[in-house]
Parts: sequence; structure tokens; C-alpha cells
Amino acid sequence: MINTNPQTHYAGPALRQEVETRTLSVLVDNEPGVLARVIGLFSGRGYNIDSLTVTETEHEKHLSRITVITRGTPAVLEQIKHQLERLVPVHRVRDLTFEGISLERELALVKVAGKGEKRIEAMRIAEIFRAQVVDTSLEHFVFEITGKPGKIDTFIGLMTELGLVEVSRTGIAAIGRGAAAM
Amino acid sequence: MARTMTGAEIVMKALQDQGVEHIFGYPGGAVLPIYDELFQQEKVKHILVRQEGGALHAAEGYARSTGKVGVALVTSGPGATNAVTGLTDALMDSIPLVCITGQVPTHLIGNDAFQECDTVGITRPCTKHNWLVKNVNDLARIIHEAFYIAKAGRPGPVVIDIPKDVQFATGNYVGPSNIAHKTYKPRVKPEPTAVRDAVDLIASAKRPVFYTGGGVVNSGPKASQLLREFVRLTGFPITSTLMGLGAYPASDRQWLGMLGMHGTYEANLAMHDCDVMINIGARFDDRITGRIDAFSPGSKKIHVDIDPSSINKNIRADIPIIGDCAYVLEEMLRVWKAKAPQIDKIALKSWWKEIDSWRARKSLAYTNSTEYIMPQYACQRLYELTKDRDTYITTEVGQHQMWAAQFINFEEPNRWMTSGGLGTMGYGLPAAIGVQLAHPKSLVIDVAGDASILMNIQECSTAVQYRLPVKVFILNNEYMGMVRQWQQLLHGNRLSESYTEALPDFVKLAEAYGWTGMRCDHPADLDDAIREMINTKGPVIFDCRVAKLANCFPMIPSGKAHNEMLLGENVSDEEVSKAIGKEGKVLV
Repeated sequence: MINTNPQTHYAGPALRQEVETRTLSVLVDNEPGVLARVIGLFSGRGYNIDSLTVTETEHEKHLSRITVITRGTPAVLEQIKHQLERLVPVHRVRDLTFEGISLERELALVKVAGKGEKRIEAMRIAEIFRAQVVDTSLEHFVFEITGKPGKIDTFIGLMTELGLVEVSRTGIAAIGRGAAAM
Repeated sequence: MARTMTGAEIVMKALQDQGVEHIFGYPGGAVLPIYDELFQQEKVKHILVRQEGGALHAAEGYARSTGKVGVALVTSGPGATNAVTGLTDALMDSIPLVCITGQVPTHLIGNDAFQECDTVGITRPCTKHNWLVKNVNDLARIIHEAFYIAKAGRPGPVVIDIPKDVQFATGNYVGPSNIAHKTYKPRVKPEPTAVRDAVDLIASAKRPVFYTGGGVVNSGPKASQLLREFVRLTGFPITSTLMGLGAYPASDRQWLGMLGMHGTYEANLAMHDCDVMINIGARFDDRITGRIDAFSPGSKKIHVDIDPSSINKNIRADIPIIGDCAYVLEEMLRVWKAKAPQIDKIALKSWWKEIDSWRARKSLAYTNSTEYIMPQYACQRLYELTKDRDTYITTEVGQHQMWAAQFINFEEPNRWMTSGGLGTMGYGLPAAIGVQLAHPKSLVIDVAGDASILMNIQECSTAVQYRLPVKVFILNNEYMGMVRQWQQLLHGNRLSESYTEALPDFVKLAEAYGWTGMRCDHPADLDDAIREMINTKGPVIFDCRVAKLANCFPMIPSGKAHNEMLLGENVSDEEVSKAIGKEGKVLV
């Protein structure tokens, strides 16, 4: 039987909430295994990860910033935040979506192969999207594109028609607006 | 002042500086340097168990009965994997443990070396935190941090994995006073406004109930004292989870007994019908709530917990209070006394009248027999004959555990050691060994089942080696009773693999280990036999042959609400077999 109510493992009607998407910024000690702890938390407790990026951001303080895009009902999202805060190497967790419109950017490398009219059209669209050509032959381009995830989705969608071969995306990096740090 | 020593010396020095007196362990190749240091000192006493799983449960029993951190020492590979069950058990029941594991030398890590396993990887989800120590200069700091993390905030187990070359390497030692943790600083003092709101709500209640849990016990004896004071001051009824038994004295009039799946009728109905629920240090576990959407529908809920992730996890709290139970109760009492609120005495009186009518149903009643020993009767007699002594009780997991919880009453905290969250069969005997070691003069009894006891029976040897006079009281019905009960409830009484056809002769088994073995199969002989068990100097296995098909009632069938309990006295087999609907079947 499928449990239609993700709020509880007890089947049946309980409070129903809409699923929302949130961007969480997690400041952690850059120590071995910290990423495994965060990912293990999500998989172990059945939470979703739509996108995840991580790298050291403050070398002297050994700090890394993890940006997670996750989905869930408000109750689940609150749990995710508390569970992350409970991990020992986690300094702070901020829900960037909850706090206002955050800046979110992603980079993608998009390989497109083709000849003739399609190749010219691919180049034209790349210019419109301000994508850079970083590798080329007579039969292919590799474009580098940065921007909001939606823009990249649209670009990839258009390239599908024009000989898309493969895509590599970084996942989303996000930061809060304004002068203050997290 | 930094001093230079080897990694193994650092381990021993750090344990000594943490005030550790006993560690439970089992040697092996990857921990030999530490065992060599252990040999050359006298402050830390090592208890040699017979399987690493026993070391972890013994450390749990030791920790839970003393309030100290339990320490275990095991080797790499199978030593570490055998520790996993105990670590998970401690995580679920919030028991502070430090487990030191040996690891293959640093240069062999990842090479599939002999007795290598990814210990930090395997134990990551079953510990509060863990470390692989690659540099001997980090070792002392990490050990002191480990003790801090194990006991700070919501307690739990931690693992320190030390490669063999790090145990041999020389490095600097730092003492515990130089350690301050940079990220882990759990909140212990409550938000004063939340406490004031809670006190106002409590004062306005007409049908209140206190629902307390293991958090009160974990917080220390002061929390239990404050709880008693506050509950008596209000005159409100109080119930507790399995883990919280003993925080409030069971002999008190305001005590309703344990709540939950096998809790009393009055406790569960008070929870269902209350208007204000005061949860102190409990976590709305599924064994407590039953069906979530029918859980105490008309009440406002105050939830006191040291772990913010427990708040709103299963049940929405109207007034959440983050903090240590002792601090919160102290503040609640202070505000209550300052405000001296007028409680609605008339409403409270009629609430008690209602509760007393539920009590009159005598939900723990059972039909006794003059021919067979009923398991409930065995627990009752065990309680009556031990209650005036300095007694500690541990249990295994199953029907006997629930009967022990229902019929053995506790007046003090830290007297009751059981595997609540994980439900680990085989917990009780090693836990009793840990308890007895910490309380050598006390009477320590493991109430066991015939199936559970065999899961860590090898620890009988440990008890003999350290002259620990633990008593194992087996309610022997030749079944995995709780499995059989559920098969009866859910699966048309098809008893798939729940009957143990070839049990050992427990008396001879006891004698083979150097214990005293006893058997009793008639109710008329029971009291004398129990007295004999108590008066026997060394360890005893008591094979108590009980009625084979007794079931554990009352029971809230899975998927049902608190007010849909099955009571034992008048429930027919027909009702039992139909008690759980289609939705409830998928639940555990």
C-alpha cells in the first residue's frame, strides 16, 4: 500500500501541506566526511536533494559552504533545518528562500554537435544567452553558460533541437542579498 | 602544558583525565598498543566481554545507571561492526557512550587490509559524531571533545577510530581543560517567555496531564526531584514513557502508570481526552502516539526537549521549549511560585473522577492460575520480593519487557535499563553486567525471555570473571512471545518460526558457565524460588516456566488511537484477530 501522507508513516488523513522548494545555505567546518554527513542525513531520513554544491569558501577558518536545494512540506523543511543544525560540524543553516529573494547562479558546459544551418542557429542562440564558446571543431561547440537555473534549462531545451550531445552542470550556488553575512 | 607521548599513552592518559574508571572491551590486532598501555596502569579497569556487542550494551547499562559516560574499546573490522547495534541502541535511547575502535595503519586504509572496514562510514548514521584520527597531535583534543559531545545536549554515542600507526606515533598531549568546542553548544536554558506562556497554559487547564520521558532521567536526579515537586504542587495526573519510568514514583496517587502501546487504560485515555498536555523530555514516538491524526485531538501541547529537531517532528507543539529538563522545570517552578495561580479545582476534581473511573477498569488485570505461572504474576512476585531492596532491573526485548514495565514499579530514576527505541534483543544481560559493576552491592536482575537471552548468552562468562552476581529471570514460554502475539493479531495465527523447538536446558547452561541454575514451574513454589535466587551469592539463571500462550495487554493495535485499546480481560480471540485493519498491517 502506498502511503499517500508523507507527514507520518501512519496512513490516513492528517494535516496536508503543499510541497515547497527551498534553498538552504549551510556553513560547515571543512573536515573529512562532512559532505557524507550532510548527504547521509538526507538519504537516511528520506529527504529530497534537487541540487547540491559544496566547496571550501574560507580557507584560513577551514569553512565550507554547502548549498542545498530541497523540496518538502513546511513541516519537513523545518525538520531538515533542525536535523542539519544537529550535526556537530555545522555552524549555521540559513533558509535563503524563506528570508527573501536570494541570488542563485549556476554554470553549465553544453556540448552541441552539428553541421550547416543547425550549427549557425546554435551559435546565434548562444549569443542571445551570452554563452561563451570554450571548445570547438568544425563539427561541435562546447558552450559555457552561467545564470539562473531557469535560464540554463531554457538554453539546454533549445540546444536539444540543435544537436545536444551532453551537459555538465555545477549545481546552484546561492547567497543572500545585502551587506550582511550569514 | 603539552607533553610528548605515544598515541596509545595519550588514549590512557585522556581516559584517566576524564575520570574513567571502567571500560568494556575486547582486544584485537589493531588495538594492541592501547591494550599494552592499559596493562601498565591501574587507574582504568578493563572489563573483558565475550563479544563486542556485549561491551556496548554493558557500557550502556553502566552509563544509564550512573549518569556517567560509558566507554568501550574494540578492535578494527569485526570489532567495530559488532559494536554497531550497541551504538544505534545508544543513539535511539540517548545514552552517552565513547567507543574507541582500532583501525588498520593509515597507509593501509582503503586497501582492503586484514580486519579493515570503513568504521567512520559505517558508524556515521548511528553516532552523534565520529572521528578518524590521522594525526597523533589531534588525538588528545579529539578524545576530550568526544566526551563533551557524548554528554552535552541530548546525550548519545560517539566513535573515535584510531589507526594502529597513530597509536605508536609520538605527539603532544593536552588536558581536558584546554578544550572548548567551536560549533557544538546546545541550548540548555529555556526561553523565559516560553516558560511563562507554558505556566499560564498549565494554570488554565481543566483536564491536564503530564507526559514525561527519558529526558528527565538523562537530565540527572535533580530533574526528577523538580518534576516531583512541580507535579505535586499542581495536583495533576502524570504518566511516562517506557524510558522515563522511575522519574516519578510509581507508588504516588497521581501516577497513572506507563502510557503507549502497552500502557494503562487510564494513562492513554487521559492523554486522549486531556485539554493541556505537558510533555517533558519525551519525543512523541510512534509507540506512544498510535495513530497520529487521532492523537489527543482536543489538547494544547507543551513540549520540553533539549533537541530542537524533536519539536514538531511527529506532533505539532503549541508551546515548544528548548532546554534541559532540570533547567526548564526549575524555571517553571520559579514562575509558578511567583505567580501562585488559581487553578480550577472543581474542573480538576471532576477530571480526577473521570480518571478514577478508567482506573477502575483495572487494565492490567489478568486471569491468574493455580496450575501455571502466569508471566504477569511472575513479574508481580518478583517486584514484591525485591521492592524493599536496593534493586536495579534490566530487560531484554519482547513480551517480558512489557510485563516488567507494567508490573515492576520504580520509585527512583536510573533503576530501569531497557532498550526502548531500537528494541534490541540481547541487551539485558550485558546491560545488567554494566549496572552490577557500577553498583557491586546492589541486586541487579535481568528480566529476560527465552529467545532474547540467547542472543548474548556468552556474557555469562564475563559475569563469572568479574564476580558479578547478576540474576537472570527468564520468563520461559518457549516462544518469541511478542512475535507470536503479532502473528496472532495480523497473520491468522500462523506461527511462522516463532516457536523455539530446541531450547537449551537453562539450568545446565547456567552450571556450565559456573552460575547457579534454578527452575520453577508451579505458582505455589514461585515465592520460595525467587527468595532463593535473591539469597544466592553468585550469578543465577532462573528458568521460570510460564503459561505458554499468554499475551500482553492492554494493547493499542497499530494504526489505532488511544481510545481504541484492547483490554486483556474480556478480549476474545476473534477480536484479537480482527483488531488491526488493512492500514495498520503495514506498520511495525
